[in-house]
Amino acid sequence: MTGYGDGTIWAIILAVALGTYGLRWSFLGAFGNRPMPLWAQRLLRYTAVGVLPAIVAPLVVWPAATHGQPDPARMTAAAVTVAVGVLTRNVLAAIVSGMAALYAMLYLTA
Amino acid sequence: MNAPVDSLPPGLTPEQLRALQRSPRQCARHGFVQALPFILVLLPFGMLFGVVASDAGLNLPQILGFTLLVLAGASQFTAVQLMTDHAPALVVIVSAVAVNLRMAMYSASLVPWLGAAPARDRAWLAYVLVDQNYALAIQHFEKHPRLRVEQRVAYFFGTIFATCLPWLIATLLGVWIGNAIPESWALDFAMPITFIALIAPMLRSIPHMAAALVAVVAALAFAFLPSGLGLFVAAPLAMLTGAAVETLMERRKEARA
Repeated sequence: MTGYGDGTIWAIILAVALGTYGLRWSFLGAFGNRPMPLWAQRLLRYTAVGVLPAIVAPLVVWPAATHGQPDPARMTAAAVTVAVGVLTRNVLAAIVSGMAALYAMLYLTA
Repeated sequence: MNAPVDSLPPGLTPEQLRALQRSPRQCARHGFVQALPFILVLLPFGMLFGVVASDAGLNLPQILGFTLLVLAGASQFTAVQLMTDHAPALVVIVSAVAVNLRMAMYSASLVPWLGAAPARDRAWLAYVLVDQNYALAIQHFEKHPRLRVEQRVAYFFGTIFATCLPWLIATLLGVWIGNAIPESWALDFAMPITFIALIAPMLRSIPHMAAALVAVVAALAFAFLPSGLGLFVAAPLAMLTGAAVETLMERRKEARA
């Protein structure tokens, strides 16, 4: 891991661990039976679906492995993963099909 | 049958009766057995984390640190991906924790079922609260509302032997295997594919789809911002979109009713 000292990496691990534990413990451990406000529930429902695509979109369009050049193999693989994931609702099936599509495309375009 | 059936409320199905008569130990075993299918998903997924994390240059103690202390797949992948992109430490931390905000929701929804457990049990429950255990436990508790709290706690702890424990073992296997995988396998793209695979099954409603679409468009539009800051514009915009679309749809439904 270039660019981070050992201390920084451990600081990241510990901070993420504490933050995550805090979220898990929050209501169960401290807030108890106080209901979460409706608007907060509403926003929280969309965190995963808001954060993960925002991380992944630039990685698909400008892959690091091709030095930021859009790459048909990786785009196809991403599209196949979405399609299989939506149709089967199965994470593992989507990963396997996506990687298979990537290898097939890399082989065909090589 | 020498079980004290007469002390149990009437009108229960045989299955519910059986669940009520389990000892905590049997409850734990029941939870474990019901969680077993998750091993099929978590083993390869955890191995992938071991592979990509060691590929990214983390050493074994650091990788185990992530798996043991954070214990949350999507969040671990997020942290490693952003570190590979050389994002500032604060961006890595905030993003990886943000991915876990849903855990606060899980925590809140477990209170009616587990809130009466001793504080020490609740502290441990919080540590092992992951998507799979949560989904399974909530289903079980709702199906058998008369379970005693110690039966619920035992069931929950039973599930972790088929979820958290395999996750840890899989990470180790991944690190071990990862060192033997050649670069030509294009594992740079394993992480993006994993993220997409995690998102796709979540696109189960129009608000979810709208949120994901805004996340993608905004992340690309704000990609010019330095060091992953585009994420902090795109993700809140996407969350607001999801919440707004949900509110709109609800209003329309009420208006029609």
